[in-house]
Amino acid sequence: MENLLNIFIKSAFIENLALSYFLGMCSYLAVSKTVKTAFGLGLAVIFVLFVTMPINWLINTYLLSDTGVFGLDLTFLRLILFIAVIASMVQLVEMVVEKFSPSLYNSLGIFLPLITVNCAILGGSLFMVSKEYNFMESVSFGLGGGFGWFLAIIAIAAIREKIKYSAVPAPLRGLGMAFLLTGLMGLAFMSLMGIDPAAFQ
Amino acid sequence: MADVKVADKKSTISFGKKERRLLTDPLDSNNPITVQVLGICSALAVTTGMKNALVMAIAVIAVTAMSNFITSLLRNYIPKQVRMIVQLVIIATLVTIVELVLKAYAFDSYKQLSVFIGLIITNCIVMGRLEAFAMANDPYRSLLDGIGNGLGYGIILLAVAFFRELLGKGSLFDFKIIGNTAEYLVNTTTTPWLSWYANNNLMVLFPSAMFVIGVLIWVHRAWNKSLVDVS
Repeated sequence: MENLLNIFIKSAFIENLALSYFLGMCSYLAVSKTVKTAFGLGLAVIFVLFVTMPINWLINTYLLSDTGVFGLDLTFLRLILFIAVIASMVQLVEMVVEKFSPSLYNSLGIFLPLITVNCAILGGSLFMVSKEYNFMESVSFGLGGGFGWFLAIIAIAAIREKIKYSAVPAPLRGLGMAFLLTGLMGLAFMSLMGIDPAAFQ
Repeated sequence: MADVKVADKKSTISFGKKERRLLTDPLDSNNPITVQVLGICSALAVTTGMKNALVMAIAVIAVTAMSNFITSLLRNYIPKQVRMIVQLVIIATLVTIVELVLKAYAFDSYKQLSVFIGLIITNCIVMGRLEAFAMANDPYRSLLDGIGNGLGYGIILLAVAFFRELLGKGSLFDFKIIGNTAEYLVNTTTTPWLSWYANNNLMVLFPSAMFVIGVLIWVHRAWNKSLVDVS
């Protein structure tokens, strides 16, 4: 149990998908103009990561490895299968949200299908494979990673909303400023590097 | 049916002004990274050295061009509902091929790039150009557009890697230029007036790529004033 909590804290703060590895930057920079849209996208990312991580783990362990069902080393199919799972899950989430909460669906708009190409989702699954987590650990990793990304995008959306009213030089307005802000936030998160949550037990 | 035949007759394989603009627009006014805000994820992590940046740029050019070409060939036969999954499968197959080629012929680059080769699939440039161009245009022009956008991406990648590697490690393409051991071109221990120079280790870490790209955007938009406030 403590191990799961450690992995959650590690993937949410110390190895934050958005600010330590800079994954999911495209939607991060494009959607973070207002806190409202950032909030919706962050929630959707948490949910998709939480759902796709265990499924990808199951596929990787039971279908693709040589101890799995086929008995052959099919790891070269990993990328195709992972992305197919992610695309289908996002489609499923879109249908479920449209059925059960039409207002949320309307406010998320185009951002829901955009999660499929969010580097953070596929990157999270690939990290899970390289770190060789077991099933429960990968669930915790998914939740933590999503939560960390959510925090990062809310933070930068809040800052960008405020900085719109500051005297930024014209060529730097908008995108350039967002890059510099994200760099500063990444620097701040580097202060957490090297913390081992297990050492606090 | 007759309309489709007429349209195909008109699209000839020629290299005129419009085709040249497909190749040069993404280098400046329609650059995927600094204007269209695409393909940023992998642009940050792989630019620690120029060799890795070059390998990544070539991989992305290959994937973008070929996926544009193939999707454009198939564009009339893909049903609307499964459009995204078909595109993703095409891209994933191409990226798997590129990954295996890299594993065979450039193993140390492959080891350093590791996860980010796979992340070319989710590289927004590839998907973005498929949706915006290849689904509506003929294969020849889609190929040119893919190459152009890949080149635009590659130029920014090489520019960022140039600054990060020179200032952070004092080398270019692993060719040591400025530093404090004897192999360097400009040796800071034997040149007394340069003895204060030390490598800027911040440049080797991830956030520095953000700063470099931010300044690049600043310079680009100050030079090309029509791009101010475009995104």
